[in-house]
This record gives sequence, C-alpha cells and structure tokens, in this order.
Amino acid sequence: MAQRMESEVKSAVNESPAATRDPTKSFQDMILTLHDFWSAAGCVILQPYDMRMGAGTFHTATTLRALGPEPWNAAFVQPCRRPTDGRYGENPNRLQHYYQYQVILKPSPSDIQELYLESLRQIGIDPLKHDIRFVEDDWESPTLGAWGLGWEVWCDGMEVTQFTYFQQMGGFDCKPVAGELTYGLERLAMYIQGVDSVYDLAFNSHGVSYGDVFLENEKQMSKWNFEVADTDALFELFNKAEAECRNALSADVPIAAYEQAVEASHLFNLLQARGVISVQERASYMGRVRDLARSSCEKYAEKMAPEWAEKYPEWSLV
Amino acid sequence: MADFLLELRSEEIPARMQKGARAELEKLFRREMDAAGVAVGELTVWSTPRRLALIARGLPTETQAVHEEAKGPPEGAPDQAVDGFCRKNGVTRDQLEVRDVKGRATYFAVIERPGQAVADLLANAITNIIRDFSWPKSMRWGDASISTESLKWVRPLSGIVALLDGEVVPCVMDGLASGRETIGHRFHSSSSVEVANADDYAAKLRDAYVIVDHKEREALVRDRAKAAAEAAGFKLVEDEGLVVENAGLTEWPVPLLGRFEDDFLDVPPETIQLTARVNQKYFVCEDADGKLANAFICTANIEAADPAVVVDGNRKVLAARLADARFFWELDQKKTLAEHAKGLERITFHEKLGTVADKVDRVAKLARWLCEEGIVKGDPDLAEQAARLCKADLVTEMVGEFPELQGLMGGYYAAKEGLPVEVSDAIRDHYKPVGQGDDVPTAPVTVAVSLADKLDTLVGFFLSGEQPTGSKDPFALRRAVLAVIRLMSKNDLRFSMQSALSEAMIPLVSQHTTVDDYATHFLIYARDFTWSEKAVMEAEDIADNIAAKGQMGYTRTNWYLGQAALPGFFADRLKVQQREAGVRHDLIDAVFALGGEDDLVRLLARVKALQAFVETENGTNLLAGYKRAANILKKEEWVSKELSYSPKAAEKVLMDALDQAGPKASAAIESEQFEQAMAALASLRAPIDDFFENVTVNDPDQDKRSVRLDLLARFRDAVHQVADFSRIEG
Repeated sequence: MAQRMESEVKSAVNESPAATRDPTKSFQDMILTLHDFWSAAGCVILQPYDMRMGAGTFHTATTLRALGPEPWNAAFVQPCRRPTDGRYGENPNRLQHYYQYQVILKPSPSDIQELYLESLRQIGIDPLKHDIRFVEDDWESPTLGAWGLGWEVWCDGMEVTQFTYFQQMGGFDCKPVAGELTYGLERLAMYIQGVDSVYDLAFNSHGVSYGDVFLENEKQMSKWNFEVADTDALFELFNKAEAECRNALSADVPIAAYEQAVEASHLFNLLQARGVISVQERASYMGRVRDLARSSCEKYAEKMAPEWAEKYPEWSLV
Repeated sequence: MADFLLELRSEEIPARMQKGARAELEKLFRREMDAAGVAVGELTVWSTPRRLALIARGLPTETQAVHEEAKGPPEGAPDQAVDGFCRKNGVTRDQLEVRDVKGRATYFAVIERPGQAVADLLANAITNIIRDFSWPKSMRWGDASISTESLKWVRPLSGIVALLDGEVVPCVMDGLASGRETIGHRFHSSSSVEVANADDYAAKLRDAYVIVDHKEREALVRDRAKAAAEAAGFKLVEDEGLVVENAGLTEWPVPLLGRFEDDFLDVPPETIQLTARVNQKYFVCEDADGKLANAFICTANIEAADPAVVVDGNRKVLAARLADARFFWELDQKKTLAEHAKGLERITFHEKLGTVADKVDRVAKLARWLCEEGIVKGDPDLAEQAARLCKADLVTEMVGEFPELQGLMGGYYAAKEGLPVEVSDAIRDHYKPVGQGDDVPTAPVTVAVSLADKLDTLVGFFLSGEQPTGSKDPFALRRAVLAVIRLMSKNDLRFSMQSALSEAMIPLVSQHTTVDDYATHFLIYARDFTWSEKAVMEAEDIADNIAAKGQMGYTRTNWYLGQAALPGFFADRLKVQQREAGVRHDLIDAVFALGGEDDLVRLLARVKALQAFVETENGTNLLAGYKRAANILKKEEWVSKELSYSPKAAEKVLMDALDQAGPKASAAIESEQFEQAMAALASLRAPIDDFFENVTVNDPDQDKRSVRLDLLARFRDAVHQVADFSRIEG
C-alpha cells in the first residue's frame, strides 16, 4: 500500500499537476481548477476565513473589501455553517456544513459573464450540452445593510451560482460596484459527477468520497446543533460577542468588531437551531446582530475613508 | 423617408420587466420625436432577455424649417425686460426687429429654425432615452460606478445599434458608442453580427439563433409545448403566464418534455403543479381523464447537442423538489389539524387583533351563531369545527413553502384525517370568493365559515382604526366586503347586517385585554346601533367626545369610530358592486337613507323594484310631484290641524288615495312584495298631479293651509315608506 502510494505520488509529480486533474471526477480537482482559472484572471486566491459563518459573503474579503474605491479581485472557498440545515447525514442534499466558492471582482469587469461561463467550461460544463440561464434573483442582506441586483444561474434548471452586482454594503453605496459570484460547490460537483447524494461525491481521484470526509461530522454536528449545545452558554457567548464588538468599535478597530459581529450571527443561528428563541424574540436578536454588523462596516468605511479619498480624489464615502 | 433601427443590448433583463420596458421604450421614443418635431407612425418594439429593439418606419430625413415670430416689450421698456425676452427666444438684442403695433414701437423676435437632419435629432434622442429610461429596479456597474452619478440600467448596458436607412446614427453613452454590430445567441453564435438596416435585422439575428420578436417566441413556446405534450399522449395544462415568462428567459426557446417518477403523484396535484411552475417554470400535463400526468415541459435556450441530457438534468431538479413536497406532505400528516392549530397561538394576526388562534376562536363563535340563528342553514357543530381548523394549515410545512396553497392543503389534510366532508370542504373553500371571477361557495358550512371569517376581519380592522384610506387598503377590506355581499346574494342569506356585525364584536371586545365596564357599555351600545345616518353621526359624536375628554384610550375611541364607519363602508362597496351590475347608486342611497334597512338581500330587491318603477312614466311624474311637495314642506312652518272645512275634489281624492295607498304600501313592504309597493305609490301619481293643479296650498285661510301641508306631509311619508325620494336624481 505504502509503495503504491509512493509510485502514484512520483508519477503525479513527474507530470504537470494541472494536466492530471479531472474536475469532472473529483471535488478537489474542481476546486483547484477554479483556483487556477481565477488566479490566471488576476484574483488573489485566499484561504477560508478562520471563523464560523453562514455564507461566503461574510468573509471580510467580500464585505469589507466591497467598500471603498480600491480595485479588489479575490477568490476563495468558504465553509458555510447553517445549523438548522443539519439532517444528521440522512438527507442527500442538505448539510449543516458545506462549501461555497466566492469570487469578488471590483470594479465589476465588463466581461464578467464571459469569465464566469468560461470557468464553467473549465470544470466541465459545456453550455452547448447544458442549458445555462441567468434568471432574475436580487440579493439583500438586512444584516449587512447590503443589497444588489443579479441572477441565480441555472444549469439545466438547477441553481448553481448566485451572481450579484453589489449596490450597497454597510448602508453605503458601493463606489465602484463589485461583482460577486457564489458557486454552490457540492451541487455543482454532484451535477458534474452525476451522483444523487452529496456523500457519494468523489472527493479526490484516489477513492476518497465526500462521505468519508464529512458524514460523521454531519451526524455529530447535527446532534450538537439541535440537541446538545448548552443554550445558557450560547446566550452568554452571544452577549459577550456583542459586548466585545462594542469594545472594539469604541477602540476604533472595526475589523475586530466585525469578527465579533460574525461570531454573534453564528451564535444566533445556533440558538435558533436549539429552538430556544421565540418568534417574538427572534426579531429582536436579528436586530442586535444587524446593528453590530452594520456598525462595524460603517466604522470600517469611515476609518478608511480619508486614506481612500486621498488616493482616489474623485471618490467620496457618501 | 427613412427607416430607423435602435437596439439596446444588456445583460439578462428579468423576464417580468420586459413588457414594461417595451412600453417605456416606445413612450420615450415618441416623446423625443415629438419634442424634435419629427412625425412618427407605426413603431415595432421587440424584446429578448438581452436586448430591446425598436423599428420606426417612414421617418423624414429632415425636419421642416420653422419660421416663428414673437411679440416682445415696447421699444422703451427697461433693459431687464428686453434682455429677458431675448433670452427666452434665443436671439441677441441686435437681431430684434421694431414694428409698429397700434402706434407703439414694439420689439419683435423673428426666429428662423432651419430644417434639421433627423439623424442628428435621433442621436440626441437615444442618449435622452437611455438616461431617462425608468426600470422597476436599476443598478450601477463597472469602472464608472465609482460615482453614484453613473448611468443606471436594469443590468449592465453593453451595446447600442442605431441605424437610419442603413447609416449608423453616431452617439456615445457612458463610453458606449453606437454602431451596426450586434451579437447573436450567447452560445450558438460566436462572432458579432453586422446589421445592414432595419429590414435585415430580425433575419440576421435569426441566423445567429436569436428570435428577436417576443411574440414569435411566445407562439413557439405555446405551440411546441402543446405539441410535445400531445406527442407523449397528454394534454398541456395551458398557462399563459408561463408562456410569457419562458419567452422572456430565452432567445431561442426549445420546449422539452420530461417524465418524473409516478409515485410522486401521491401528493396533491396542485403541489406538483405549483412546484413545477413557481420554482422551475415548467408546464405540466394531464392525461386523458384530466388527471395530472407524470410529465413536465421545460423550455431550454439552446439546441442541445443531446436534449436528453438537458431533460435529465431538469428531471433531477424537479425530483428533488417533489421529494421535498412529499416530505412535507407526509410530515404534516403526522399531526392532526387540531394539533397543528395549537401552533396558531404563536402567529400574530395583527398587533391589535391578537394571534391567529384568537381570530380562529372569534370566527368559530360567529360561524356557530350564523347557523344557530338559521341565517345559514348549516349544522352549528360542523361549522364551529370547520372554523376551528380552517387556519391550521398555515403552520404546516407545505403551506410554509407554498403560501398559495392555504386552505387547499387544510382541506386535503382534513379529508385524510377522515373529518366530515362538510368540514374538509369548508376548510378548503373558506377563503372564497377571493377575486371578481372566483366561485362563491354555496355549501352551508363553507358559507358560514367564509362569512364569519370575513365579518370578523372587517369588524376587527374597523374597530382597530385600520380602515382603508384612499387607495390604501393593506388588509383587503374592500375585497372582504365584496365577498360578504356576494356570499349573501348568491345564497339569499337573510339577516340584519348590524346584528351580525354586533355579534362579531362580542368575542373581539371580550378578548381585549382591558375588558371592563367600557367594553360592556360598548357592546350594549353596538347592539342598539342602527344603520341610519343619524346614528352614525351620533356614534361619531360619542367617539369625538371620548377623545376630547380623554376619558378613554385610543382603542375605545376607535371602537366607536370603527362601528360608525362600517355601515357607510358597506354601502359604498355595495354601490360600486351594484353599479357594475347596472344599478343606480342614487337609488341605493334612497333606500339606505331610510335607515334600519340592513338586510342587504331585501335592500337590493327593494332597489331593483324602485329602479323599475322610477324609469316608468308614473315613476318619473311621481318623483316630480314628490320633489315639489318636499320643497314646499322644507320652506313652510305650520301647526297640524283637523279638517274643519269641506275639501276640494282634488284634495279629497288625494286624501282617499293616501288612505288606500299608505297601508297598501306598508303591507306590501312588510311582505316584501316590492312591486306591489311600487304599484301603491303609482296610484298616487294622478291624485298628486291633480292636487297641485287645482289646489292652492298657501291659502290665506290658515286652517286650510295647515290641513293641506299636513296632506303633503302624509304624501311624503307614504313615499318614504318605500324610499327617500329626495336622494333620487332627476
């Protein structure tokens, strides 16, 4: 076994790694292919944000970088946590932890749609074989004080990507506008690999499945999210995150404040999954999270504004 | 004469906005041409997801030269005035002419506007159209968006084709220059497409796999979807909304039929249809028996290398959706509707009206009352049971996913539970009638629940001070009244509206957290409230007094105001509804004005008879006689007198006629023989005419005058038994 591994490693090393990749047969090859593509397109390839968050949009590379006049092109995978979507590993499509692939391009390039379609071709989706459609779907996040117009991209009727032109973030107009692409990686891979259950996805081309990597994780985390997590502790952590966010804001370190807002948002999601927040309380908690996130974004934009305005005289915050 | 082609390309325009965009393009083009003095004939406007196109045929190439003269101030006028005149007319002072106007030297501006090239005017028009174009939602994009002043469009604007008789109309918008090159289908056409003129535009695009005429794409979707269904042995469930939407999502529509697994058909067909339509924009099919078939039709935007691949992908997505629907369907049935209904305690109906559970409790009591009173011939127990369960499906997973299925799903779940069919039908149909064309329920239990639900809504919102104002009717109260009227007319429901509304107030007021003496007082008051304008004014006075003295809170003030406003609201809606049915609103007023008439079925019968009568010769003349009598009575003051003289013949005839007609009319009304009541009135026509002809009312003899005025008053009162004729026009 060890010998065989060695020889495989050797042969792989001898060839160009990209040449041996097959994005249609391996989840990780699909990700690597996207990395290659967007790297060549001039993006910074980032690693995931090291915090629990509900969507790639929460990554500072998206939210905070969407503010201000400086060009910014980045691509990254972001693990997303949706505690209420947990199904103990029993549902073939729903997970409490899954991956999004985010691309953020600021200002939005005029060929952004063509770039995106080319990335689909790279991972094995031929638009003459599959019906690709841009279907109206606007995006709004009251939590982030953000909205944008765009589409959900359909591939043979399945939503595979959210495509948004950010118009506002943190309550400020985006100047300039950023284009955001969010690929649903598992869905895309299931489609490309032709499997009906996420757990049957080939994670790599050496026999490791998505289930091998994540099934046990889904079982235990679903149980913890729904049944085990100490709700008193979660409430306490929520309050602490809120307090720390305020502390960071008053100390004029808005990035740190923003992290606490992200933390509070996830704690709220966990409390929701535990079913301990009543309908009446729900609005109030959401309001608190919104307040933290927006204050952090605002503070960040205000703090950076003088520097930005100096570099870009035609720009102003409001 | 020249033909003009304009194409505005952009990234995908939402399907739902394309119709409005075509109208906007036409409107702005006409506005611009109008302002430029260019005559425009027929216009063709097309749309696809990626372009708006306009063709104007037979435009002139030059506008006519214009000669205008404007009279200005006199020669000696202050400089300010003269300069202003020059500015206004776009001339300099030395260009002014001085002419004699009635002996005064007066400035004239002579303006010669040479003919202009229409191409130049169009160039200007295009930039104006793009700048002024109004979209339901628009956005900024790209480098220029560093300023919020940058161009806005529905999605990034990507190209302009502008050709006048084959020549490019040069213009630049936001860095985008017009030209003759367009692009074809996103995937089936790789190079740009050169357009020669308006004539070859559509054909060139067709070669590049774009059908630019939206109507043609709609026809394609419609016909091919139908053909695909028939080829598979099914019948398409037609859906024009889907036709338009799919045509708006494609430049080269290709309807494809797929099948899904048979066993999904266990879930209610409406769920499948809704999932397919709303989430996936698919058509569905029926089999020969009119039952939903396991087939769907999606509309691709490509001639796929292998259509089976596209169909299979769509099938998988639909299967996942249907699996969700089936999961909800099965999960929901693990609880009874009664158990689901407990969840309604957690849903706020309206902040002033408590939870949905509170509403359900009120509706249940009222539905039972309607049956117990015999107003609706339904079983009170079944009506209450149905009412208590009618909103339970709001907390089911299925309705959470598809709110449109409210009622319907409750009906299904009730049937599955084995509840009586009257109950499941009532749950299913109690929201009806919803719109104008919607069926009006006739099953008694359903009628009771539906009526109770709407009466509670009306009373609730009126007593909460949430009455519709102007065009604002957020709780659809006008629709609720119409539904009540239609339920009553259709089912010939006979009851006093006032007593039903009072009955509806009881649970509402007693649910109120501050139940106290005032609540009791209000209920007693509400029960005695009668539907007359006087009573309404009294109620308003009470409310004003309460408010002025600060005796009660806002809520209780609203109770009185809401109570007072309801009858008028009903009357107004009734008039609107009846006007559409050809009934004169003044006649409704005339009957309403009598007060006390709040049995709407009877009221309408009365109005109908009245309308038939006033349109006869007798009716018209009686109305004239009535108006004359009423005018006299309005002006005069007198003390009633016994008859102490020998009356004139015409006087005697009228007295006798009134002796006859009065009791006849009232008896006829009592027994709801309204035609007979009208006939009784008709018998007064000749006597009143004769009376006015031959008798002087204002006789110098005060006794005679009094007796005659009394007589006219009797006549008026007799007429008023039927309707307040002073409200009748003409």
